[in-house]
Amino acid sequence: MASAIRLVGVTKRYDDRSPPAVRSLDLEVEDGELVALIGPSGCGKTTTLRMINRLVEPTDGRIEVAGLDVRSVDATQLRRGIGYVIQQAGLFPHRTVAQNIAVVPRALRWDRARIAARVEELADLVGLERSLLARYPDELSGGQQQRVGVARALAADPPVLLMDEPFGAVDPIVRARLQGELSDLQRRLHKTIVLVTHDLDEAVRLADRVAVMSLGGVVEQYASPDEVLRAPANEFVEEFVGADRGMKRLRLHTVGELPFLQGPVVDEATTPAEALATLDRLGSDWLGVTRDGTFAGWVHRTSIGEAPLSRLQLHMPAAQVTPDSTLHSAVELIMSSDTSVAVIDDGGRFGGVVTLEHVRGALARGRGS
Amino acid sequence: MHPAQATNPIIRWEYLVDEWDQISEALVQHLRLTVVSVALGVVLATGLSAVALRFRWAATPITTTTAVIYTIPSVALFGILVPYTGLSMWTAVIPLVGYTLLVLVTNFVAGFRAVPAAVRDAADGMGMSRVRRTLGVDLPIAAPYLIAGLRIATVSTVGLVTVAAVVGQGGLGRLVLDGLRRSFWTPMVVGSSLSILLALGLDLVIHLVGRWLTPWARRRAT
Repeated sequence: MASAIRLVGVTKRYDDRSPPAVRSLDLEVEDGELVALIGPSGCGKTTTLRMINRLVEPTDGRIEVAGLDVRSVDATQLRRGIGYVIQQAGLFPHRTVAQNIAVVPRALRWDRARIAARVEELADLVGLERSLLARYPDELSGGQQQRVGVARALAADPPVLLMDEPFGAVDPIVRARLQGELSDLQRRLHKTIVLVTHDLDEAVRLADRVAVMSLGGVVEQYASPDEVLRAPANEFVEEFVGADRGMKRLRLHTVGELPFLQGPVVDEATTPAEALATLDRLGSDWLGVTRDGTFAGWVHRTSIGEAPLSRLQLHMPAAQVTPDSTLHSAVELIMSSDTSVAVIDDGGRFGGVVTLEHVRGALARGRGS
Repeated sequence: MHPAQATNPIIRWEYLVDEWDQISEALVQHLRLTVVSVALGVVLATGLSAVALRFRWAATPITTTTAVIYTIPSVALFGILVPYTGLSMWTAVIPLVGYTLLVLVTNFVAGFRAVPAAVRDAADGMGMSRVRRTLGVDLPIAAPYLIAGLRIATVSTVGLVTVAAVVGQGGLGRLVLDGLRRSFWTPMVVGSSLSILLALGLDLVIHLVGRWLTPWARRRAT
């Protein structure tokens, strides 16, 4: 795939006395890719982002957007073709929500009807009630303001979006929701997005690739979130991603990616003797029973006697997941259940089970990355 | 009771009728001096504020100078200018303009500094030119400060124009001086009252125009 953004040997020096904020940085972002720049504060990630739309002029090096050297284009023209979203949203308080969204289309001299239609389309796209369009930004909640910020950046349908800590100023619940919405949006729009964040979970959740940066704009590792978590390139990255990187990886994978595991689950037609043999073989105390391919419930070893399994009183599963559940939520359910097994409900059908050993094994093999 | 005062009540209503031409002329002169002085003050303050905002080092000298001008007693300043500008309108206008500068420059600078950095950053990031951003974003956001400064400057100028009567530029101050000279209460009361009413009236007008110009600031409170 073509590089939508390319930085070659980019250096930014704010003054001669201090070391450069960014030193000879090389970075390529592919078309339609969401790349997160992450690192401790002062690592040059924001400077790097702002050099792409020339809010900061590089001291040295070359930056290309869509194959074009950004310095060969007029800065205002360049910026109108690049969406820009910042932490505080930066909405114009004296303009209504609709007028805020329409800033770039108006600068591009679209006609009135086209702008009005586009504004409504964007409101729907970012999940903003149309009744809010006539309001002023100060009348909106932080989460709504940030949605307007995203709508405004998308207004002229730019192929590239730059986002600087876009969800840093909203509370964790709203942040999680906005992250989910951005993720959905990106699945539909396939923009090339560079996202600056200091929140590793955000980067892991949203990015196709993560560039972990250290002081002076040095890229320590540039890889998929799973790779960064599974195999940190060096001590700096390892320390930055933290000791719980294994747990973080659990969020990147879904139950559906695991190989099928039958576990201590049998059909109700199985004889009690065979059922007990299965439990012995697996070292389990709980037996899962399926009826017509659907999971019916659990029964404890002590309840299994002479009677057919179909006659036994079954406990409904305490831990149930779907193929779309993350391994993280599966593990959480397993930890809090009696059976130490989560049952996969694949649209009503029994889809196997998940155990801790199963999850650990899958991650160790690096499956699903 | 002094005999003169016995025949000299606070208001003699027939004065208003007899001297109406003089009174209305004084009012118009007063209004003109106020408007001219404040208008010139706004022009000068705009330039000074622009310099203060553009060059950080210039901000302190500019505000200090305007503060020093503000502290000069008005009667003295009018007197100092007489040898240079005679009894022309400039003798009154120059000090009046000088007195508006402190409050105007202070408010103008504060207004533009109140534009949130994130808003400026967003404007630049969306490809707004410098001029477009200044006029279309910075100016409206600073407007409530500019209007507040304009209101204070106008009200205080209306008061000071009264003093400008000492250099013969007319206005409502002339009625007050006239009354003082003749120990005649009515012109003093009429001059002072009209001056107060003019100040309140202009203040209200600017306030209403300001509200009309900044609808978003009104909604914020609700």
